[in-house]
Order: sequence, then structure tokens, then C-alpha cells
Amino acid sequence: MSSHGGADRAAERTDGARVIPLRPDLVPPDEPAPSAPGSELERRLAEALAFLRRRLTGDYEVDEFGFDPDLTESVLLPPLRPLYEKWFRVETIGLHHVPSEGGALVVANHSGTLPLDALMTAVAVHDDHPARRHLRMLGADLVFRLPVIGALARKAGHTLACNPDAERLLRAGELVGVWPEGFKGIGKPFRDRYKLQRFGRGGFVSAALRTGVPIVPCSIVGAEEIYPKIGDIRPLARLLGLPYFPVTPLFPWFGPLGAIPLPSKWTIEFGEPIPTTGYDEGAADDPMLVFNLTDQVRETIQQTLYRLLSQRDNAFLG
Amino acid sequence: MAPRIVLVTGVSRFLGGHLAARLAADPHVDRVLGVDAVPPPPDLLRRMGRTEFVRADIRNPLIAKVIARAEVDTVVHASVTANPHGPRSAMKELNVIGTMQLLAACQKSERVRRLVVKSTAAVYGASPRDPALFTEDMASNDLPTSGYAKDAAEVEDYVRAFARRRQDVLVTTLRFANIVGPRVDTVLTRYFALPVVPTVLGHDARVQLLHSEDALAVLERATLHDLPGVFNVGGDGVLMLSQAIRRAGRVPAPVPAAAVGPIGRLVRGARLVDFSPEQVRFLNFGRVLDTTRLRAEFGFTPRWTTRQAFDDFVTGRGLRPLVGARRLAAVERGIRDVVARWS
Repeated sequence: MSSHGGADRAAERTDGARVIPLRPDLVPPDEPAPSAPGSELERRLAEALAFLRRRLTGDYEVDEFGFDPDLTESVLLPPLRPLYEKWFRVETIGLHHVPSEGGALVVANHSGTLPLDALMTAVAVHDDHPARRHLRMLGADLVFRLPVIGALARKAGHTLACNPDAERLLRAGELVGVWPEGFKGIGKPFRDRYKLQRFGRGGFVSAALRTGVPIVPCSIVGAEEIYPKIGDIRPLARLLGLPYFPVTPLFPWFGPLGAIPLPSKWTIEFGEPIPTTGYDEGAADDPMLVFNLTDQVRETIQQTLYRLLSQRDNAFLG
Repeated sequence: MAPRIVLVTGVSRFLGGHLAARLAADPHVDRVLGVDAVPPPPDLLRRMGRTEFVRADIRNPLIAKVIARAEVDTVVHASVTANPHGPRSAMKELNVIGTMQLLAACQKSERVRRLVVKSTAAVYGASPRDPALFTEDMASNDLPTSGYAKDAAEVEDYVRAFARRRQDVLVTTLRFANIVGPRVDTVLTRYFALPVVPTVLGHDARVQLLHSEDALAVLERATLHDLPGVFNVGGDGVLMLSQAIRRAGRVPAPVPAAAVGPIGRLVRGARLVDFSPEQVRFLNFGRVLDTTRLRAEFGFTPRWTTRQAFDDFVTGRGLRPLVGARRLAAVERGIRDVVARWS
């Protein structure tokens, strides 16, 4: 798509005649020519400047969900990388189970009080997968109501967990991530760690069935230990309109310092895809089938969690 | 069935006036009657050719006589507006009560065969609890409770009731995304024309736009053909609010949510922009329409994408950027040259 439609249309119409720019400031600026290969620093500076120019002139593309790949790759993902590589030392298993193209639904367990597990999974499928895919996550409406966070979530390509959006993304061939336990999973007390909660109402399964995409079960070990939730101040949560107000060994006692996640060692395992094709038409509306498939996905993740836990000696050393 | 005698409401405004002009230029249409409470501006009147202007308020029962006496067979209701000349209460009067009167007149008439209603995407509201794209059969989880959006929702209710009572009339409801164009003056175009554009801190809406030429083409097509139903009408793609402000060469000024109310009252007093609660929600969350039905059933593909429509508005209005793209590129080259020399 042309970024300067008016000017381009004018050029097409004149068909060989000389084009006189009426508004020189609106003609696409000549891109600064790439200089001779200079130092690494120069290259990065040039990149940063070009990025800044694109932002200041609004010359970038977003999709209808508001996904802004330019911003995601240049600004949103980089700060997550040190956390991924150095802090949690995330190890990924079975990334080849995530298809390189076409729609697929990644379903994972949820834990850790704050959804860092979701962010780390997004880094995993972008950085460690050869196709460098973007994980389009389905989030609670709370996320999109919050200022800053809601806007950033949209720009990172995430959207509200609802069937129309899930199906639209999957039909468009996107890789969609969902955490069906929701707040029950992420906000569960530390003593219930690695015990899967109810998997919603199976909406994600019917979305996969309707669009015929595979379900990739994903098991995340390590996220339970980042903020061990040992208490919940309910009145405060109600006051702030949050699903829970966590108390961890470090929060809120140490203030902002308590917000630093404990450096647990993480493993993210992607299991074998569960196909959803081959069912009759209308399978998505068969509650029994949806229920069984939901259970199958849940069981797969639970068994993988137990196996990974049995192989782990120490939560922080791995 | 081609329409013979068409009545268009709201002809003193952009859409109604230009639609009347297009219909007047169509030899298949015998008569075009334009209705509005105020006469059209001279330049619009010139374009409208053989359109017969009826100065009447659609809230007045006179409208029924006009429809009956002229044997109108097609009514285009294009006067529902978010950009009234008067205060908010007058806008509601005009939108809702006017529609009621017009529909009552249509119901009485034996001749009316087709009704085209210009509605708005505002009926979907704007909230973080709704799907990213609206299809025609979705209703918002947070229905608009005030302002223009509520008017539009009520107007559509009356139109649905009318369609039930007069099943022989083909009713087309068009839900337009925000219309922009070089000659269009709306709340949103005035907003983007501000040198410093206030936004709500921490929010960035997805904005879908519709070029005024596409809007007119859709209205004209609905008037001339049998295309009953509800259709979303919007350009392809979206712009982020902040991106659009940048593309217009303006500077966004994020305002903390708590300060939006007082500032809104201030600028409303100054008649600059609309910062009503409903508009603020739109500026926070935006809304995007699914236009599959428009393409597949209505048979129309917008010629301008959202981005092209916006750029055409910026060029056509002659908005002079505060920060020109060319100057930025020059600055960029300058910095790189300096660094290259020093390293």
C-alpha cells in the first residue's frame, strides 16, 4: 500500500506527463542513502534514526487489530530478551511442533501472579523459532482496559479473548496463544503450584475446530516461582478493581524491589500438535467433543508438567 | 427497480447535498427532492442542479404531505448527524424525533418502496470489552448510554420497527465509519486540524476511516439498487490515533485521564472539539468494522483505504505539518554525517 496515496494517484493520472509536486513537503522524502558499510555503531545509529523518523512521520503499518510489527521488534521485544536469556535462562523444547506458517493455537498453563509466562512464550516463538513468528495472544479485558498496558498489548498484536477475534486471527494464518486458566491459574496460591485449574469453558477448542487449525499444548515450568503468592489482600483488590492483590515473600514489604521476579530457571516445552481437522461439520457445536478435546489438551499439559518437574532438581538452578 | 422520485433529507450538509447532486445528474431519476431546515450553502446549491429544495423541518408533519403529494418512492434519510449547528439537546431532537416523524410519514405513504438510512459505526460504541472488529450482527457489551451514539442506536431501533410494519419497503441501513475528505467538516476532521492534538495518556485508538467519495458512492448505490440489509461501511486497514496525528504533521499532547473532563469542558466552551465522554471512549479504544458483507452482498469495495483517505484529507485541507518529513530526513542525514566524520 502506498504511504502517499494522493501523490501516487496524481502520478498515475498524468500518465507520462511531468508531475509537478504541489506540496513538496508531502512528497516522500528521499530515503537517506545507505552509507558505505561503516562501524557497527554507525549501522545501529542509522537504524535507530530511521526508526525514529518512521515514528515521527507516522510512516508504518498496523493491522486491523492494531499490531505494530515495527514497534514490537524495535521497542517491545528487546527489553524482554535479557529477562529471557539471562534472568530466567529459558530452555525451549519441541519448538519444531510449532508450525512455521499457517494458523495454530498454542495453549499453555498460566502462573506467576504477573503474566511473564505469556511474554516469555512470545519471545520463545519469535527468537528461537526459525520462522520468527509473532505470538498473537488472547488476553482478559482487564489488560485492554488498563492505560499504557492495554495500548501496548494491542500494539504487540494481542487481543481480547473472545471467539470472534480468535477465529479471525486463526483464519488469517496467525499463531495464537491462549492461557485458558485465566486469573484462576495466574493468581493461584503458591501451595497449588503446577496444579492446572479449570480450562475455561473450552472456547479455545471450538475456535480451533471451526478454523481447523492444530492445537499445540505448551507446558511452562519455572513461572510459578517468580512471585510465590502466599497471600491475597482481597479488600485492596476490590478497591483497585483487580482480580487479586498478591502478597509474596518480597511484596509489598519491599515496595518496588518486591516487584523484581525471583530468578527461577524456566523450561518451555511445546508438545505434539493435536489436529482438529477430520471432524464433521458442526463439531465445534458438539459440547461433548469440545469437552473431551479440552480435557485431552489439559491432561497433556499436566502430564508434561509432572515429567518436567520430576527432571528438575532445583527451582533456581534447574 | 430504479427509483423515480427520490427524497433526500439533510441536503444542506455534505453527504445529503452531494448525494442529491449525483441523483440530479442521473437521467433515470425523474425528480429529486431535497429537504432540510436550513438552505444549502451557495456552492452546494450550485452543484445540486435540478434538485427541488424543500425548506422544511422533518419534525414537522408537513413532511408527510411532501412525500404524499410528490409521490416519492425512495427516501434517503441522511440527516442524522453528530455535528449539529446547535446545542446537544437540539441534536437529539433532530436525530431521534426527526427520524420518528419521517418514518411515520413513510409508513403512511403507499408509494414508498425503498428507504435508505445513513447510520453510523458509533452504534457499536467503543470499549475494551468488545471484539477487535464488529460484524453487522454484533452488539456491543458496553452499549452507548449517551450522546450521538445513543441517538444512532435509537434511530436504528425505529428503523427496524418500521421495517417490521412495512415489510413491502426495502430498508437499507448503512453504518458508516468516520468520514474524512478534503471538503468534509466533522468533529474528527476539526480534531486533526488542531495544531496540538490532545489525546488521553496511555491510550491509543485504532481508527478506521471512510473517504467521503466512497461514502457518497455507497449511498448512491443503495438509492439506485435493491440492496436491503444492514451494512458496515469503512475503508480497508486502520491507523492508530497517534499515527494519524503524526501523518497530519501535528503534535500529540497526551492528557492524563483525570484532566480530560475539565479540559473537555474548556474546549467545548471554545467550540473547538468534542470531548464528550462518548468521544473520549472512541479516542481511547477506537473501533473497526468488518466490511465483508459490504463487498460480498452489497457489491462495493471502497476505493480509498483508511490511510489513503486520511492522507487525502491532509493534502486536501492543506494542513501544513509542524514537523515536515523532508526536514526530518535532512536532520537524520546530518546526524549520520556528523557521526561518520567523528568515528
